[in-house]
Amino acid sequence: MKRFAKLIQQLELSNKTNDKIAALVDYFNYADDKDKIWVIALFTGKKPRRPIKSALLKYWAIEITQTPEWLFSESYSNVGDLSETIALLLPPAEHTSDFQLHKWIENLHDLEGKDDETKKNFILNAWNTLETQERFIFNKLISGNFRIGVSNKMLVNALAKQSSLDSAQIMHSIMGKWNPYEITFTELINGLHVNTDNSWPYPFCLAYALEQETEKLGDIADWQAEWKWDGIRGQIVKRNGELFIWSRGEELVTEQFPELHFLIDVLPDGVVLDGEILAVQDKQVLSFSTLQQRLNRKTISKKQLEDAPIGFFVYDILEYETNDFREQPLSERRKILEQLIGGLDESAVILSPVINCKTWEELAELRQTSRSINSEGIMLKRLSSHYHSGRKRGDWWKWKINPYTVDAVMIYAQKGSGRRANFFTDYTFAVRDGENLVTIAKAYSGLTDKEIKEVNSFVTKNAIEKFGPVRTVKPELVFEIAFEGIAESKRHKAGLALRFPRILRWRKDKKAAEINTLEDLRQLLASTFIND
Amino acid sequence: MALIEFTKRGIYCKQGDFYVDPWWPVDYAVTTHGHSDHVRFGNKHYLCHTLTKPIIKRRISEDLDVETLNYGESIVRNGVNISFYPAGHIIGSAQVRLEYKGEICVISGDYKTEDDGISDVFEPVKCHSFVSESTFGLPVYKWQKQDIVFDKIKSWVNDNIPQQKTSVLIAYSLGKAQRLIKNLAGDVPIYVHNSIANLNEVIINAGVNLPETIRITPETTKDELQKGIVIVPPAMRDSRWIKNLSHPVTGICSGWMQVRAHRRWQSADAGFALSDHADWTGLMDAITATGAEKVYVTHGFTAAFSRFLNDEGIESEEVMTKFGQEDDEENKVDLADAENTNTEIENQKSV
Repeated sequence: MKRFAKLIQQLELSNKTNDKIAALVDYFNYADDKDKIWVIALFTGKKPRRPIKSALLKYWAIEITQTPEWLFSESYSNVGDLSETIALLLPPAEHTSDFQLHKWIENLHDLEGKDDETKKNFILNAWNTLETQERFIFNKLISGNFRIGVSNKMLVNALAKQSSLDSAQIMHSIMGKWNPYEITFTELINGLHVNTDNSWPYPFCLAYALEQETEKLGDIADWQAEWKWDGIRGQIVKRNGELFIWSRGEELVTEQFPELHFLIDVLPDGVVLDGEILAVQDKQVLSFSTLQQRLNRKTISKKQLEDAPIGFFVYDILEYETNDFREQPLSERRKILEQLIGGLDESAVILSPVINCKTWEELAELRQTSRSINSEGIMLKRLSSHYHSGRKRGDWWKWKINPYTVDAVMIYAQKGSGRRANFFTDYTFAVRDGENLVTIAKAYSGLTDKEIKEVNSFVTKNAIEKFGPVRTVKPELVFEIAFEGIAESKRHKAGLALRFPRILRWRKDKKAAEINTLEDLRQLLASTFIND
Repeated sequence: MALIEFTKRGIYCKQGDFYVDPWWPVDYAVTTHGHSDHVRFGNKHYLCHTLTKPIIKRRISEDLDVETLNYGESIVRNGVNISFYPAGHIIGSAQVRLEYKGEICVISGDYKTEDDGISDVFEPVKCHSFVSESTFGLPVYKWQKQDIVFDKIKSWVNDNIPQQKTSVLIAYSLGKAQRLIKNLAGDVPIYVHNSIANLNEVIINAGVNLPETIRITPETTKDELQKGIVIVPPAMRDSRWIKNLSHPVTGICSGWMQVRAHRRWQSADAGFALSDHADWTGLMDAITATGAEKVYVTHGFTAAFSRFLNDEGIESEEVMTKFGQEDDEENKVDLADAENTNTEIENQKSV
């Protein structure tokens, strides 16, 4: 447990991926194999059996520390984590213990079915033998998640580094079905419980942003134009009767999207498709905010399935009849793709359409309508191009439409973190709603260091109120905020939320009276909402 | 009639016609200690502890009109007896005891109950009413003994040195810095930033026994720093100067480091929960020891702490003050020094 406690501490203290990976590698080098299994399980969202409700933990902590319940709540809201609040409130431990992580998990497991008195004795004894940090982890084992900024990818990279095995293979192994109570570490990372050959994805081919005039690309007849969809890039692999969905982050996300599982019966073996995971209804793409309801979930409710149905828009085919097709020209790959997917009449798997235009002007005009179908612009792919590994200049270009913009006034400022910890760098912006100002976005980036210093000195001089780290400032500075989309939102007072807002520029030429109104944004929302 | 009232300018004693730690200029300011949220520029006359005098003269202005008292000594002003008792917060920090016609009120400023090895130890004073801070007035804030925390810091430094990392501790230049110096001295040399070195000089000249430290100058090599401990004020935290050290790792020493969320927010490499303010237990012990019938709770978790006292049968009231903003103020004070150091060091390079 002490070693695991130290690992958690190291992971929490660093924001650098390399440090985190080093800490993980160090842990995997020295920890007990049985503990390693559990660390992998916990970090990938597999929970041990939990025989005790967290409400009981809180109740027992209140009882033995004689803390009034309201004071417990005050403490909790300052600390922000139940397990940690309890760990800090308890008096110092009187004994020590050297139980390993897996031993604690097994002991907790053994409590299943026991009466509350036995459980309580076990917990109080445990608390009395663990240091604050260990106690926090112990409580987490019973009641929480280990959200400490370790992605599956990072975990896999650390395991690959430590074991010298291939990372894609390890990813498949740990994303597969396995039981932490039964499997051994060697079995797990060698993937003995899964057939890793079946899942193998290809590196994605990526595009650079178009920076020259389209005319310089030559004859439009040499190019294939497609809509650029705003979702999660994905690869679907079907081999030997098994189906796998990989995301661009090189994570296996098969379980997250049951709508696509029918492909196991439809696709022939030895096929790999490249495409975009999107929220789709009646073959129409919905907004990214709808898709977001479905991302990074360990379980999916029926309501989520209904509210945000998923579809896959297919761009390309990388493997066909078990042959690597990436060296074939795009025009050939497209033909095969059209035969394979074009014939399907499925609402969830759709061949991403090719845009036929005779001239660049015509295409440029059509590009302006991208937003009306929830696309973020156009992709240009040379018809003769191979499917490259990674980003390569010349054959594929993304030609995105310009972002939306709004002029808003700054009303709150907060100090940044890291390099900017001593400057007010995180701002909240508002637009006018009649006589009032209503907040519409928070943005961090987009100003130069010199501008940040200027804004900082304005905030220091014009702070009206202080709420913890936040300052309310005189609504005076106007900024042009760029954003990618707009959606209805019950969580925000304005009733809408902007997607990916950032500061485009500081409008020193504008006064607060000249900013946009909430009505302007509502109209924009109405115009995009029709398509959802 | 109460001995003190809370006015726009600060805590006011009407009977004696003076203020304690006022935030707007007044004629007569009794000063608990040298942190900038408790002592400001512009008062006609200051009364503070003997050790605080050179500190505020250095930090505010040499021209201040300052009168001093030692702990236990008193003067009478308009019939009100004013005396000082150790607050244990930083060097020279005092609780101000006021007595008038048998009525006693103690204004404690900032305080801590643990012996930090450098400030005179907090001394509870019997009184009728007590003004207490509540910076860490929640039961999740309970400090470990400072020896344990210093052992952690030492072992962190001892791990860093063989790994070629430079250990940089972030600490307020007045108070925390001297406490670190006093308790970490001995194993490896301690290098301090200009603003800390300047204050150390003042403090040593006033007769305080402080271990030897080395002032960082443009001539100090990265190699020397890597083999020692570097102490800098918060304003230097994200400076280019630190980034240019050999594999710098930063450690923040503050009571807030007790909680994970605060540690993460600060994005330092290490956080050590070391505070110059009383923890929950310290606050409760101090208040109980005064026997006060009425407790005024200032800066910190005022609402929660005051409610708890009332529930415990100790009459209490929250009071709004402008105390507790030393973070911001210190940054401003230090920023000038920090920039000087930067330019000095950069100039050196270009030569």
